[in-house]
Amino acid sequence: MKLRKKYSTQTFSKGGIHPLDYKLSNSKPIEVFRVPDYVQISLSQHIGVAASPTVKVGDYVKVGTCIGESAGFISARVHSSVSGTVEKIEQIIDTSGLYRTAVCIKVTGDEWESHIDTSTHVVTSLEYSALHILEKITDAGVVGMGGATFPLHVKLTPPDTAKPHVLIINAVECEPFLTSDQSLMLAKAEEICVGISLIQKVLDVDAAMVGIEMNKPDAIALFKQVAQQFNSIAIVPLQVKYPQGGEKQLIEALLQKEVPSGQLPISVGAVVVNVATAFSVYEAVQKNKPLIERVVTVTGLEIPNPSNFMVRIGTSIHELFDAVGGIPQNTEKIISGGPMMGKALIHAQMPVAKGTSGVIAVPYELAHRNESSNCIRCARCISVCPMGLQPYLLQVYAEQGLYDALESNYVLDCIECGACSYVCPASRPLLDYIRLGKNKVSHVIRKRKQK
Amino acid sequence: MYTVSASPHIHSRQGVNRIMYDVIIALMPALVVSIIFFGLSALFITLLSVFSCVVIEFCIHKFLFKRTDFSVKDGSAVITGMLLAFNVPSSVPWWMIIIGSVVAIGIAKMSFGGIGNNIFNPALIGRVFLLISFPVEMTQWPTNSFNAVDGITGPTPLALLKDGIMSGKNILQIKGLPEYQDMFFGNIGGSLGEISALAIIIGGIYLLVRKVITWHIPIIVLVSMFVFSGIFYLANPYMYINPLFHLLSGGAMLGAWFMATDMATSPMTIKGQIIFAIGIGVITMVIRMFGAYPEGISFAILLMNALVPLLNKISPERYGNNLKKK
Repeated sequence: MKLRKKYSTQTFSKGGIHPLDYKLSNSKPIEVFRVPDYVQISLSQHIGVAASPTVKVGDYVKVGTCIGESAGFISARVHSSVSGTVEKIEQIIDTSGLYRTAVCIKVTGDEWESHIDTSTHVVTSLEYSALHILEKITDAGVVGMGGATFPLHVKLTPPDTAKPHVLIINAVECEPFLTSDQSLMLAKAEEICVGISLIQKVLDVDAAMVGIEMNKPDAIALFKQVAQQFNSIAIVPLQVKYPQGGEKQLIEALLQKEVPSGQLPISVGAVVVNVATAFSVYEAVQKNKPLIERVVTVTGLEIPNPSNFMVRIGTSIHELFDAVGGIPQNTEKIISGGPMMGKALIHAQMPVAKGTSGVIAVPYELAHRNESSNCIRCARCISVCPMGLQPYLLQVYAEQGLYDALESNYVLDCIECGACSYVCPASRPLLDYIRLGKNKVSHVIRKRKQK
Repeated sequence: MYTVSASPHIHSRQGVNRIMYDVIIALMPALVVSIIFFGLSALFITLLSVFSCVVIEFCIHKFLFKRTDFSVKDGSAVITGMLLAFNVPSSVPWWMIIIGSVVAIGIAKMSFGGIGNNIFNPALIGRVFLLISFPVEMTQWPTNSFNAVDGITGPTPLALLKDGIMSGKNILQIKGLPEYQDMFFGNIGGSLGEISALAIIIGGIYLLVRKVITWHIPIIVLVSMFVFSGIFYLANPYMYINPLFHLLSGGAMLGAWFMATDMATSPMTIKGQIIFAIGIGVITMVIRMFGAYPEGISFAILLMNALVPLLNKISPERYGNNLKKK
């Protein structure tokens, strides 16, 4: 039994890799980052329709004032993270690399909306009804904070035909470098558990499972202790393996069930929510605080002082780097998110968004791509693919534009984890072409449906 | 401005040349054993073969492909050269090695487009070409320096067995079959690199540890050879020899560990590899027991190589495809 406590063999079954960990900031507690002088808050920080602005240039806003109203079924509200005057509403390039409408606010003071509870007291009572909780989550603009930024209230209202019976909390953080979830778990364990209970109430599920990889023993120990006060929250240590934080992989690791191709986790009765999202739910419901700040890991091999900051949404990424010693000279890429699935940024003047779990300055040695050469058919891409696909084949089909072949080889099952490109000894651009193929194939399918 | 490209932004940094250098290292024990038993001529043949393979690949790349990114650096031509040398007797004339290299690299590898695109194992194509073109030189084996005076030629264990069976003797009547321990350590006649099972297994284990190959192909080739010949042995031990003899003789070990596992010419999925390996084991034994040639693993591997494109139609098991499980 003792041995089991120290080591877990529980993980997903197909493929997976073990990239170097580089969790440089894993012992750093969260520091509250200063309120910036100027913020750019994108109205499109979530998947779905962009929020429509509810303020105009010259308006005075407080911390927590709604500045963007949800504009569709899949959409989310956006709130001001600072107090000050709206200076302009303009198009900016955000971390996604696309032009987005953003509300730019010149900061004066730090005045909060009066209904927000800013005390640090942990409110544990669960007095609200499920409907009321959901309403508060919707109002607070909570989205998935693991990176996909899917509006949470949509996820929490599954169709009537599907009844969830387990809530899975994703505390895996399998990407190298990132430690924002880990630091949040260590600082806010009780709040997170309350958040989990709230989501359980909305979904009306009895069981909740928190999957944590074994490289975070401190978080596992703390959560095991804190979870005792809560009914039905099980902490499950998992073997370290990328991409365990992928929704489908985590479900398999925890439930030993596979989500059928092309379907959502709900088809096996599971709803997966990121651990940081659970914390936002706590704040939204118990403290009336909208999603206006989040933990961001600021790190990199040459960064003197890698840190975890609690950052107001809209703060410039450049300011975060300045606080840890500046962007090193030899930086080849600035990445928003993890190095496996994150986005490379053109410049560092972009604002932090709801889905920004970390920003990394990656030096040339790590980030450069080797020149690609012939495929030597070593089959490593097949053996690491967590979805059981054949990346080498998909890449060729995508390059040749054979979309029917791509579709019949299940290109749409690809979760874009990048394990194939990571291991390819010939450095072939596998995922690049597969992504292109996915795009084209979904286009073809959409056209076919329209007919 | 920073570099912008799609994810992933990091790479394992384990390139093609690391794989190739690992294979070269894994071939070293067998080279050392061949030098011990066959003397410096073994080293000469190997170096000549490696040199000519590298030069031919370089020339084709430069003058025919007109490319400047020289694939020679990846080390695959060195492996082809070593394996070609390992598959010929140490007494072959030097010009035959050069012909073999031209066929191996020029025809079997580069004409298909170079590394990764070849259908057949280049070294084996070179070897089989030489065997068919120069059957006399390719089947005269110098007995190694421990047993007899240098220069005297003797048959391999498999040739002894074949001749004996063909002339109507039973196993017990065939004189001169070596002891198993001699076959294990390499104290037998044969091609350069194939004599010592021990040296090849050491190299094979190195490849397994370095994760260059998986156990499936070599182990299944050897097991299927053992089982297939074992059935005949149990049925008639006077006509068919102990299966252990088959595993330790001829090119079985070298073929199973180094030739069949060639990445470009073996199937991509584990399922395909299993079928491929069973095919090699069975065809080898059929040729050895019922064919005209004493040894058949080269032909077996080449025949199964031809099936690889078909075996690659077998897909791996997809996530979410099976609705079984608890």
